Amino acid sequence: MRRRKAHPARTAWLIVGGLVAFMLVLAGCGSSSSSSSSSSSSSGEGGEGLQKLGKSEGELNLISWAGYVEPEWAKPFEVKTGCKVNDKTAGTSDEMVDLMKTGQYDGVSASGNATARLVAAGEVEPVNVALVPNYKTVFPDLKNQPYNTFEGVNYGIPHGRGANLLMWNPDAVKSAPTSWDVTMDPKVAAQYKGKISQYDDPMSIAEAAVYLKFHEPSLEIENPYELNEEQFEAAVGLLKEQQPNVGEYWAEAAKQIQAFGSGDDEIGTTWQYQYFALQEEGVPVAASPASQGFLPKEGATGWSDTWMISSKAKHPNCMYMWMNYIISPQANAEVAEYFGEAPAQSLACDKTKNKNFCTEYHADNPAFWKRVYYWETPLAECGNGEEDCMDYNAWVKAWTEIKG
Amino acid sequence: MTTEGVVSKRPARRRFAGLFHGRPRLQVAALLAGPSAWLVVLYLGSLVVLLITAFWTVDALSGEVIQGFSFENIEALLNEPVYRTIVWRTVRTAILVTLTDAVIAFPIAFYMAKVASRRGKALLVIAVLMPLWSSYLVKVLAWRTMLSQDGVINWALNPLGLHGPGYGLTAVWLVLSYLWLPYMILPIYAGLERIPDSLISASEDLGAAPFTTFRRVIFPLAFPAVVAGSIFTFSLTLGDFITVRLVSNSQFIGTVIASSITNDLPFAAALALVPIVVMIAYLAVARKLGAFEHV
Repeated sequence: MRRRKAHPARTAWLIVGGLVAFMLVLAGCGSSSSSSSSSSSSSGEGGEGLQKLGKSEGELNLISWAGYVEPEWAKPFEVKTGCKVNDKTAGTSDEMVDLMKTGQYDGVSASGNATARLVAAGEVEPVNVALVPNYKTVFPDLKNQPYNTFEGVNYGIPHGRGANLLMWNPDAVKSAPTSWDVTMDPKVAAQYKGKISQYDDPMSIAEAAVYLKFHEPSLEIENPYELNEEQFEAAVGLLKEQQPNVGEYWAEAAKQIQAFGSGDDEIGTTWQYQYFALQEEGVPVAASPASQGFLPKEGATGWSDTWMISSKAKHPNCMYMWMNYIISPQANAEVAEYFGEAPAQSLACDKTKNKNFCTEYHADNPAFWKRVYYWETPLAECGNGEEDCMDYNAWVKAWTEIKG
Repeated sequence: MTTEGVVSKRPARRRFAGLFHGRPRLQVAALLAGPSAWLVVLYLGSLVVLLITAFWTVDALSGEVIQGFSFENIEALLNEPVYRTIVWRTVRTAILVTLTDAVIAFPIAFYMAKVASRRGKALLVIAVLMPLWSSYLVKVLAWRTMLSQDGVINWALNPLGLHGPGYGLTAVWLVLSYLWLPYMILPIYAGLERIPDSLISASEDLGAAPFTTFRRVIFPLAFPAVVAGSIFTFSLTLGDFITVRLVSNSQFIGTVIASSITNDLPFAAALALVPIVVMIAYLAVARKLGAFEHV
């Protein structure tokens, strides 16, 4: 009989041990290479991006919100520039940041709660606005804003803006609500118990903060994205009280469309995209009408989106051509009308099919936008020089806690 | 000259073949190198990476992973009551789904193995496997439609004055029990098939009542198969997040991992350790119960 040389269990442990050591070595290598790459990209700040526009590279890879890159205006762009557009839509800002980190995309239509993160991570590059001729006629109140300009350097081209809507089913909600209290005030919201639809994202905390800014002046909330601990706890507490009344938290637009269509949800926060889709399906829905200025009395959270160029863009010329194209009067009018948002390009107002479009969407009415709080990335350092605000990580953790 | 070429070629090939001659260990090693590399590097390797990642942290603003050793994520998991609630909710649902499936699957598997004709058996196996042919997502979305306010369940229950469960934990329990049922039926069916009919006859001959035969003969012999099936239903429920998201508002381990993976990868990794720990405990119990003895 042959003698057994090794004990099987010992061999197994040796393999596992070797594996752990191997992975640790790998992890070690990974750490040194990634830290060096991040430092080199962030040191590129202060640069002005591309200096001279070259020839089309023949291709363009974009990340966008659903409805921003549609064949109606992407095809003419391809014909004009020879840049073939490959678009990837994302459902949340977190997803956009994650996709940009792969380095496979040339640009992104980032909302304000992604832009600062993308800049800090060195994923995007400054934009030389001199190479984007249509930038000149963009509405002035969209230029040099904290969500697209960092330390005086432009990091993107404004695309358009809008406010998140309060939407309801008029068959179930008889008198048109004029306040967010129908979802936020526990007493009022209780009558819609199990029928409230809430966006499944930490940005909902800002929605509660907008409500508190109006109803609890003693909290002294200025900016709903810059909340100190006391203000933050108040907003989180409000949403915890809201939780039992919520029918569904939606993260995908399609999920909310279905829930309103089937009558499972009757009132809640939405985007223009779902509102129009439901109207097209013939589902009875209503949103704050023009007579209310399209907004509940507290105002609303909203977005102002920015096209940004990746620091690893393989097709920078095509990306610059796209940024100039998407804010050209014709294309910007098309995308704004399709999506249901105010265009960024002032000259787009002459090109819309609905001649009153810009008036209806307050494109040229800076006073209206004072009550719309564009999504921002919450930071610890919030204007007063002290690091006493709750940062985005705290927002994310709190959102998990709210849902319980 | 030509012969030289042939001669020099042959030994090379022969030498290679000769390398394995009389060396059974080398033969086995060469045979298993590919599959085991797959298992060790891609499968176990990614688990090790997961384990390491759980001790990293992220930069709050850029979301970039900071590689350093810290217990921050593990501490948060243990100290925040919300995660305990979520873990317990997930485990509780997994236990419920497993019990439900076992209760439903056993009679079906018994009928398939011991009662049905040869033809009926084949048809039943196909019927059990059939739902696996359609996409997971299609099935869950169908349930979502059925469970909705004006869905078919409420439509059927309304004349009786009843109301369906709607979306929520009950819906999760229903849908997951439906989805994983085949994974419970098949192992029990295989386990029951192995019990010789003569044992059942012997039990009857010795005067045991049908229920006694079941309790003393069939069930003890089939129990390891039930436990084997339960490993599937339990672990699949533990990791699910799509069903949970589509038919409920509740948070499970899977949904929290899915929502933190984009901005806090290390925390998601730490959370992913929870099902691993739970499964190790479960498998240890399953081993005690003899689930691996005849597999």
